[in-house]
Amino acid sequence: MQAILQYFSLLVTTLLLAAAAAAQPQTLHVGPEEDYPSIEAALSAADSGDVVEIHTGTYHEHGLVVDKPLHIRGIGYPVLDAQEQGEILTIIAHDVTVEGLQLQNVGVSYLKDHAGIRVRQRSRAVIRNNRLVNTFFGIYLERVHDAVIEDNELSGVLRDEASSGNGIHAWHCENLDIRNNWVTGHRDGIYFEFVDSSQIVGNESVGNQRYGLHFMFSNHDEYHHNRFADNGAGVAVMFSKFINMWENTFEHNWGRAAYGLLLKEIYDARIEDNHFIQNTIGINIEGSTRIVYQRNAFRRNGWAIKMAGGCLDNDITENNFRSNTLDLVVSSNVNNNTFDGNFWSEYNGYDLDRDGIGDVPYRPVKLFSYILDQTPEAIVLLRSFFVSLMNFSEKVSPVFTPANVLDHQPSMQPLSL
Amino acid sequence: MLKILKYSTYDLLRSRWAYLYLAFFLLFSGGLLYLSGDVSKVVISLMNVILILCPLIATMFGVMYYYNSREFTELLLAQPIRRRTIFWGQYLGLAISLSVSLVIGIGIPFVAYGILHGPEIWNFFTLISNGVLLTFIFSGLAFLIGLKNENKIRGFGLAIVLWLFFAVVYDGLFLLSLILFKEYPLEGFSLAATVLNPIDLSRIMILLKLDISALMGYTGAVFQKFLGTALGMGLSLLTLALWAWLPVWGIQRIAQQKDF
Amino acid sequence: MIEFKNIEKAFGKNEVLQGIDLRFAQTGCISAVLGPNGSGKTTLIKSLLGMVLPDQGSIEVNGQPIRREWAYRNQIDYLPQIARFPENLRVAELLRMIKDIRGGASRDEELIERFGLSPFLDKRLGTLSGGTKQKVNLTLALMYDSPIVILDEPTSGLDPVAMIQLKELIRQEKKRGKMVLITTHIMSFVEEMADEIVFLLEGKIYFRGSVAEIKTQHQAEGLEEAIAGILKGQLSATARTVAEPKSALQSIMSQLQTA
Repeated sequence: MQAILQYFSLLVTTLLLAAAAAAQPQTLHVGPEEDYPSIEAALSAADSGDVVEIHTGTYHEHGLVVDKPLHIRGIGYPVLDAQEQGEILTIIAHDVTVEGLQLQNVGVSYLKDHAGIRVRQRSRAVIRNNRLVNTFFGIYLERVHDAVIEDNELSGVLRDEASSGNGIHAWHCENLDIRNNWVTGHRDGIYFEFVDSSQIVGNESVGNQRYGLHFMFSNHDEYHHNRFADNGAGVAVMFSKFINMWENTFEHNWGRAAYGLLLKEIYDARIEDNHFIQNTIGINIEGSTRIVYQRNAFRRNGWAIKMAGGCLDNDITENNFRSNTLDLVVSSNVNNNTFDGNFWSEYNGYDLDRDGIGDVPYRPVKLFSYILDQTPEAIVLLRSFFVSLMNFSEKVSPVFTPANVLDHQPSMQPLSL
Repeated sequence: MLKILKYSTYDLLRSRWAYLYLAFFLLFSGGLLYLSGDVSKVVISLMNVILILCPLIATMFGVMYYYNSREFTELLLAQPIRRRTIFWGQYLGLAISLSVSLVIGIGIPFVAYGILHGPEIWNFFTLISNGVLLTFIFSGLAFLIGLKNENKIRGFGLAIVLWLFFAVVYDGLFLLSLILFKEYPLEGFSLAATVLNPIDLSRIMILLKLDISALMGYTGAVFQKFLGTALGMGLSLLTLALWAWLPVWGIQRIAQQKDF
Repeated sequence: MIEFKNIEKAFGKNEVLQGIDLRFAQTGCISAVLGPNGSGKTTLIKSLLGMVLPDQGSIEVNGQPIRREWAYRNQIDYLPQIARFPENLRVAELLRMIKDIRGGASRDEELIERFGLSPFLDKRLGTLSGGTKQKVNLTLALMYDSPIVILDEPTSGLDPVAMIQLKELIRQEKKRGKMVLITTHIMSFVEEMADEIVFLLEGKIYFRGSVAEIKTQHQAEGLEEAIAGILKGQLSATARTVAEPKSALQSIMSQLQTA
């Protein structure tokens, strides 16, 4: 009996110990002088919920697969160098956290979209504080829900568009939180295709080849407090609905066909409190309907807003247009848009009743912008005496410019935004 | 030549016209700065004035000065001096004194405003140097008109036509042909047409500094390549220099064969 | 020594000089170049100064052809016909300027005193009267003491006192061995001053000789009468042929002006 009791107590202790071991996550150390010399070995040895700590050093590894919930943490930014051989980290499990790594040299592939870190079809990934250098695609999310991508630095090497990947690439995702990342040197800084209910906050996307941020077929997303500078175009929003954009800065997106913000076939968006500074075209709008543009500041752009055909029910009110070469270009077939209550620095009407609103309506579209729309080469005559004469006579008696594009209540003073 | 230059500059700098011209620029740029306070906006307003006024004043004043100083020229011709020395000296004297009025008239308000320490200094510099170049080009052309035409009325008429052509008519024709032939590739044409008119060329050079975003939005590759680079800037400067050299060369040629 | 060799010059269809051969060799001699308006006096003088370039022929000064040269003008003092100067310069500045341009010694102070210009030195040229301007013109022209002196209408606008001073000055220059060429319309001035006369008519030398010779040749009391005689003869000759009514008319007009 006593022997049986002893046996049982031993069993219980062992079981308790085992249970404790299972509940208590283990930490696996990777490094030249640690238990695991390679990351691959540590990943296969680890159990679900373990922490894999990678110590300083350079690891020539690629094709690493994370297939269980792990917390992978770099100590002192260890370098994972794929030496142009292919993808570095592929995550195919829920609840994986990757932080503090430097991933580099994925290598260009024309057949596969190799990435620094890929998350495939799993939820709740957290990718934080990593540095990705020359990774073709940086962070690639496919069919991912509830992921957090924050405080990463992604710098690509500028090549031609076909051999560059996107910085943060998301496809068929939901509820992403992309925050405070810094992206440069990619094709698109951040790319969303079929991504819903996500937010992009406080990122800086500069010097990318095509767009700083690109939405395709994505709905109910929001982005705010981001900065987009020196990209081919700051942000492109295409074929999407219910995108809210506020307090972003679109700066210095220069070049032919360069825009601060490009809107194409989008519906029901709000664009508020943004700054558009020194872009070739501040906002380029094609076929977009029910968009509200309020309290935005347009300063020193080539064209502040260029509105091509098929734009209905747009509400452009209470914006500041200051020192833009041309404030507005509107093609003839747009309807039912309002342009009231803006400040236009080129307005020179008067305000006799001193209510702060000009007594004469302002026509933001000049004859020259109309001509320019038809004959882009005419840009060489910008600000020439002849063009001024022409604009003046058109202003006195409009013949060519659309009569319904009119600010009925132009503000006399710049609005405080 | 330096002596002739010295004296004709001295003479012109003390004429009522030079003061008027100076006062205009002082008031205009000072007033604009005071009213607007936005330097780049002021630079653009001034650009329009400079592009129109500098050529106008240079041609009209140039022709007037040429005709007024005919007898004096004859006095000099009888002196032991080379002919071209006399005309180059007078031409340079005219161009320099007009330029001095321009530079001081615009310079004082801007310097008082603190441009020297601001980031707009280069815009300002581009503006001024283009104004000076235009003054040189058009006063040279005016001298050519004077040398070619004994008849004052005809000379003045031609000077007005010259100004009107380069300042207004040229751009009108240019725009018209762009619209008429918009089905064809026009980059080369518009580039050439711009370079061939010194007023257009200086306008583009100033705009390259100020409105670069708008110009870069132009969709033609040739144009962007030309305007956006140091090569484009260099070529534009070279062409302007050529424009400035042309009347100098013409003056020498005509002066060599002309009877007085 | 000045030598014109077969000088021809036409302004458009108007042949102003038609083969002039002329030689001035004698120093200390005053030659008056006379002729009706349009006879080519000023053109002849201007071509000597290189201001007008002849179509044909060559001009030599001291044996050197002058075409496209300029240094020879150091040998010449020239008084142009109409005195107009840069209006904003002061008299003293103009003088200083010409001295500055030419360099070398000048006797401007002596001339300023002679013409009584000192009160005007600080005046702007634009404010001066015609006579004073002519005095400035004379000062400018003569201050260099060159061996050849050319005066185109020196008497215009001068008051009698200045006239007397001018004559005195010219005589003095003659005495100092200079070669003086004068064009003028004042016949009494010529009669009084000139040693010889070159009479130009329609671009040719019609007569050259002393005042006495021209008087005897035309059996006239005074020079004025002699000139009138020449022109009358010319007039009747053209009237007889009536080949060129226009030039005949011109002759009549200029005759009236000359007289």
